[in-house]
Amino acid sequence: MAFSDVREYTHLTDEEVEAIGAELDEIRREVEASRGQADRDYILRTITLQRRLAAAGRITLFASFFPPAWLLGTALLGSAKILENMELGHNAMHGQWDWMNDPEIHSSNWEWDTTQPAEQWKHSHNYIHHQFTNVLGHDNDIGYGILRMSRDQKWHPVNLGQPVYNALLALFFEWGVALHDLDIEAIRKGEKDPELLKKQLKQIGNKVGKQSLKDYVMYPALTGPFFLQTLTANFTANIIRNIWTHGIIFCGHFPDGAVHFTEEELEDETRAEWYLRQMLGSANFNGGKLLHIMSGQLGYQIEHHLFPDLPSNRYAAISVKVKDLCARYDIPYTTGPLYKQYGQTLRTILKLSLPNRRTSDNPAPVPERAQRRLRDDQRPTRRSELGKWSGAASV
Amino acid sequence: MTAPLIERSSALRQLRRLGKAMTTPLLPDDYLALINPLWSQRELRGRVEKVVPETENAATLVIRPGWGWTFDHAPGQYIGIGVEIDGRFHWRSYSLSSVPLVEGKTVSITVKAMPEGFLSDHLVNGLEPGTIVRLASPQGDFTVPDPPPEKMLFLVGGSGITPVMSILRTLDRRGSIPDAVLVYSARNEDDMMFVHELRVLALRYTNFTFYERFTDADGMLTADQLDDVCPDWSDRTTWACGPAGMLDAFTQHYETYGLSDQIHVERFTLAAAGGSAAGGEVTFGVGGPTVDVDGATTLLEAGEKAGVNMLFGCRMGICHTCDVPLASGRVRDLRSGDEHGEPGEYIQTCVSVAAGDCTLSL
Repeated sequence: MAFSDVREYTHLTDEEVEAIGAELDEIRREVEASRGQADRDYILRTITLQRRLAAAGRITLFASFFPPAWLLGTALLGSAKILENMELGHNAMHGQWDWMNDPEIHSSNWEWDTTQPAEQWKHSHNYIHHQFTNVLGHDNDIGYGILRMSRDQKWHPVNLGQPVYNALLALFFEWGVALHDLDIEAIRKGEKDPELLKKQLKQIGNKVGKQSLKDYVMYPALTGPFFLQTLTANFTANIIRNIWTHGIIFCGHFPDGAVHFTEEELEDETRAEWYLRQMLGSANFNGGKLLHIMSGQLGYQIEHHLFPDLPSNRYAAISVKVKDLCARYDIPYTTGPLYKQYGQTLRTILKLSLPNRRTSDNPAPVPERAQRRLRDDQRPTRRSELGKWSGAASV
Repeated sequence: MTAPLIERSSALRQLRRLGKAMTTPLLPDDYLALINPLWSQRELRGRVEKVVPETENAATLVIRPGWGWTFDHAPGQYIGIGVEIDGRFHWRSYSLSSVPLVEGKTVSITVKAMPEGFLSDHLVNGLEPGTIVRLASPQGDFTVPDPPPEKMLFLVGGSGITPVMSILRTLDRRGSIPDAVLVYSARNEDDMMFVHELRVLALRYTNFTFYERFTDADGMLTADQLDDVCPDWSDRTTWACGPAGMLDAFTQHYETYGLSDQIHVERFTLAAAGGSAAGGEVTFGVGGPTVDVDGATTLLEAGEKAGVNMLFGCRMGICHTCDVPLASGRVRDLRSGDEHGEPGEYIQTCVSVAAGDCTLSL
């Protein structure tokens, strides 16, 4: 089973696939060459706004005994945390601002306001998820190891509880993310290097300690007799952020039309095919400018997956070109209003809690191959194959 | 040595620690810098206070450093300055021309605009007072011990005067210049920086000799002419700073006489590898292992082969896990063919190859 057997691409010749790759490379080069002052101004403005929101939220919560102040402070703090995680943290750690050569806004230095240590996120998300996007058994973002999100995943009675697991995951998303890079699956199989596990747990412990001390001890203590009010406000702000990020992230790969792949499609995958897999595996949503900023521009998930390290403020303009390219080559470009994308995601979660024979749709990219077991020795260690591309792209 | 205010008082230090727990994962500085950009210790910063023209194409930048700066540099050392141009920080190093611990809490560097140097030109002609720049702490061992040797010789060409100026001014502040000779070459009088100050210095100190050489009229100073301008040069401890050609000639001269130990050299321009250079000696971490790498092996692969613990992620230039700052030298990005050679610049080792000798900060 090769990549060209994926239903959506069967009409493309090899030459066309390469031509698409070349066009996308060209888009990348154009953006890279035109990065400048306006982009820096954008990110500096966003950082300033985020820090002001955070400060305003914390200050307002000094009056947390007064319910409207509790509400306003929580809303301000929640927005600050959303902006920090999405438009700043996620994108900075992708290296989107590294070109500025500014160590304060650089992927190697950025630490974000959530429980997962940046270093582990850069591995689990930046590397595993973005490299092996939507490849079953490789990309742990498919259901976060908790949910069955593809018909190609084996059903188990435990999946009946999916709607509940999903609600819990949404509420406590940052904790799910914190444990993500541990690779629970590998631990369960006894394949995890105990030294690495120890190191990672220590890192997480450190981060969790600092985060909790701040939100659940220091700031509540500062407000003295209103300790509890401030604590609940901070807790609520974190929950708001969790629900929002969970929603946005799930809308990136699980609406109808986003396809999951198996390891066979990875074989001999070229750079152009990698681009195609990113496009077909991702889904956008439309909305206003504010919505896009608050979602870290992940409404442009397709563009983000094509160019994860280009500045997020450019995705809107890039999307016009990508949409045009998709239209010319008759490639699907999945998008829709946020509520619709989210609705489809929830429906899939509900549906896949049942065995395949009870449900239909949510199609696999290639006809019927469900219920296979993935080979354990195929987990992501594909270092040499990947290194090859960097050389190939230079010609 | 003057520690910055925030370090001097233990109460302030405690307060900062408390603040840090409240602003984690950021620092209190990240919020304070919103009020005043100099109130941050995260990256050394400075504000350009004045740009004083020295010659037609050289200027002294007077910079007020922000928090974290210690005014304890040794005269003769250089600092890094990072200036933002069109969204991007560009770094260069310049010798400090000011003496340590000057009044007014400023430091100064003197920059000469080079025809091909777009940053130097910007610094001399384009920098507005009030601009916030990044700074890197003073470095370098082109310094004079305290007390200085009894007999000294300074061999200077062009903008090589700046570290020497810092040394001479420091000696002057201490009120005594030992027996010293300064041989200073510039194209003409207009091009000679600090010429009036140096002439005055020569008048005030009888044992300080200032030999002015104008190369437009008299040609370059050659090594064998040294006997004419400073007959007892071999008795003196020498500090030489200037263009690479001049320094090569003089170091060779000293070697010939077996006096290599007596000359201290400061090179401004690193041996710039040509644009087509491929491969070179790569040093992994300052003082780390050095290996010969060809122009096709990525720095990441080369480091791994050399047994260096290199961080990596995607190995295709996407995830930036492998980024490290370049300490010196030039590298080429395999994807675009672009060369990068700014000290302190982050490079992606998984898609970069050496373009000449280079050193990575690990």
